Amino acid sequence: MLTNVLKRLVTVIPTLIGVVIVTFLLTRVLPGDPAVYFAGPTATPESIAEVRKSLGLDKPLPEQFARYVGDLARGDLGNSLATGRPVLAELTSRLPASAELTLFGLLISMLIAIPLGILAAVKQGSWIDHTCRIVATAGVSLPVFFTGLLLVYVFYFRLGWAPAPLGRLDVFYDAPPTVTGFYLIDSLLAGNFELFRASLSQLILPGVTLALFSLAPIARMTRASMLTVMASDYIRTARASGLSSYTIVVTYAFRNAMLPVITTLGMVFSFLLGANVLVEKVFAWPGIGSFAVEALIASDYAPVQGFVLTMAVMYVALNLLIDILYGVVDPRVRLEA
Amino acid sequence: MTDITANAKTRSSGGGMALLRHARYVIGENPVTGLSFGLFLLIVIAAMIGPWIVPYSPLASDTSAALKPPSVAHLFGTDQLGRDIFSRVVAATQLDFAIAVLSVVLVFLIGGLAGVAAGFFGGWTDRIVSRVADTIMAFPLFVLAMGIVAALGNTVQNIILATAIINFPLYARVARAEANIRREAGFVEAARLSGNSEWRILAFQILPNVFPIMVVQMSLTMGYAILNAAGLSFIGLGVRPPTPEWGIMVAEGAANIISGEWWVAFFPGAALMIAVFCFNLLGDGLRDIVDPRRRT
Repeated sequence: MLTNVLKRLVTVIPTLIGVVIVTFLLTRVLPGDPAVYFAGPTATPESIAEVRKSLGLDKPLPEQFARYVGDLARGDLGNSLATGRPVLAELTSRLPASAELTLFGLLISMLIAIPLGILAAVKQGSWIDHTCRIVATAGVSLPVFFTGLLLVYVFYFRLGWAPAPLGRLDVFYDAPPTVTGFYLIDSLLAGNFELFRASLSQLILPGVTLALFSLAPIARMTRASMLTVMASDYIRTARASGLSSYTIVVTYAFRNAMLPVITTLGMVFSFLLGANVLVEKVFAWPGIGSFAVEALIASDYAPVQGFVLTMAVMYVALNLLIDILYGVVDPRVRLEA
Repeated sequence: MTDITANAKTRSSGGGMALLRHARYVIGENPVTGLSFGLFLLIVIAAMIGPWIVPYSPLASDTSAALKPPSVAHLFGTDQLGRDIFSRVVAATQLDFAIAVLSVVLVFLIGGLAGVAAGFFGGWTDRIVSRVADTIMAFPLFVLAMGIVAALGNTVQNIILATAIINFPLYARVARAEANIRREAGFVEAARLSGNSEWRILAFQILPNVFPIMVVQMSLTMGYAILNAAGLSFIGLGVRPPTPEWGIMVAEGAANIISGEWWVAFFPGAALMIAVFCFNLLGDGLRDIVDPRRRT
C-alpha cells in the first residue's frame, strides 16, 4: 500500500513541473513590458531599467526560471499591489473560507446526487429516472452565477429566509476563535451554537448553488455505473440466491458502483474550484476566488498568478488524494499496481 | 484500386442512407432533440440578424424609463440606464455565439489536428501532445482561463483563445484515440500498400473518418464554451460595458437582485441558460446519430 502511494507520488512530479512552467510563462507574457508595469505610471527610463534589473528581467529566460522556482521554494509569490502584503499570506488567510464553501457544496451535492443516481438506476424508466436525467442535463447548463442570483432573489428578497448575501458572517457576530478556519467547526468547538446557526445560514445559499452545479456529473455517473453493475453476473447470482433487493443494491451493487464515481470526483473538483470563483463573487464571500477577481480587475498580477498556482497545486493534490482513496476502496487496484 | 474506390463509394452512400434513417429514428424517439434543433436555428437567426430587428437600440439609454418592470413596451423591462433589456438580450446573441463558435473552431483546428497526429504517428508527437494536454488538465479549467486572460490582456480575442486552450485536452484526447484505433485499419493498410505517403493517408484516410466524431465534440463543447466566456465576462474580463453580452448583463443586474428588480439579471441569464441547454441537447442528439455506441 505504502509503496503504491509513493509510486503515485512520483507521478505527481512531472505534473507539478508542468504547472510551474505554465505559471512561469503566464508571468512572463504579461502584456507589454512587466518592468514598465511594475515601475508604475510615473516611471522614467532609468527607473524602468532599475526595476528590470531588480526583477531579474535582464537575465536570460532559463535563469529567470531558476529564480522563479527559487522564489516559489521559499514561498515567495510576490506582493499584492493593492494591500502591500505578501500574496502567500493573503491567500492562506482566505483559503479556509473557500475550502469550507467548496467542501460544503460538494457534501450537499453528494448527499443528493448519489441516492438520486442509485434510485434512477434501480427504478429505470420511472419518474425518478426522468428527474435524474433532467437534473443531469439542466445542471450542466446552469450558469452558476445565475443560479446563485436566482436563489438570492427567492430566498432573501422574496421569502426573507436567508440573510443578505454579504460574506461569511453577519456584521453583528464576531468570528469564532480560529482552530480549523472553518466557521462551522470552530463555532461548535467554542460551544457557540448561535454562531454556528448564523454561519450556517450564510453558507447555505452559496453551498446549494455550488451543489446544484456539481450535482449533474455525480448523478449521471452514479446512474450509469449502477446500471452497469446491476447488469453483471454476480448481481444475477445474488438475486437468484434469494437475497433481498436492499442487500443486493446496498451491499453488492453500491460498493462496486462507487468506484467510477470516485474517479469522476476529480473532474467535479475542476468544475467546483472554477465555479467557486463565480459563487464567491455573487455572495461577496471573502475567499481566494473573490480576492483573485479583485486583483484581476485592478491589474494586480502577482495575486492572480499566485492564485492560479495555488489552485493548480490544490487540484493536483486532490487528484492524488482521490487516487489513493480509490486504492483504499478497491483492493484490486492495489494488487495490480 | 478503382474497384476498391467504387466499393467504398457504394458502401458510403449506403451508409449515408442508413445514417439518415438512423437520424430520423433518433429524433423520432427523442422529440427533445428536435426541439433543440429548432432552438438552435432560432439562436443562429438571432445571432445573424438580431441587432437589426430589435425594437430599441441596445445602447440607447433613457434615464426617465430606468428600471421599469417587463411591460408591452419593454418586454423584458429596462435596466438602470433605461436601456431595453429585450433588445440587449437579442443583440448579445451575436457576440456570445461568435465567441463560442470561434473558440470551438480554433480548438478544433489546434486540438483536433494535434490529437490526430499524435494518435497516428505515435512516438514523440504523441508524447509531446499528451504531455501538453496533461499539463492543461492539471489546472482547474476556469481558473486557468482566468490566468490566461490576465496574462495575455483583457480582450475578447483572449477570451476566445483562453476558452480554446482549456478545451484543448478534450479534443486532443478524443482525436488521438480515434486516430489511434484506425492506424492499422484495413483501409489504411490498403492505402499504404498502394503507395500513399503517411501524410497523404493522414489527410485523406484518417481525417475524414475522425471528422464526424470531432464535429460531435464541437457541439458538445459549444455550451461549455459559452458558459465559460459568460463566466469570464461576469467577473469583469473581456467584454466591456456597455457592449451587450449575457454574462456582463447578469453582472450588471446582480446589484438589482437584492432590491427586487429581478428582470435586469433574469432575462440575460435565462437566455444564456437556454442557449447552453440547447447546445448540450443538440450535442447529445448529434452524438446519438453519429456515434450510437456512446449513447447513455
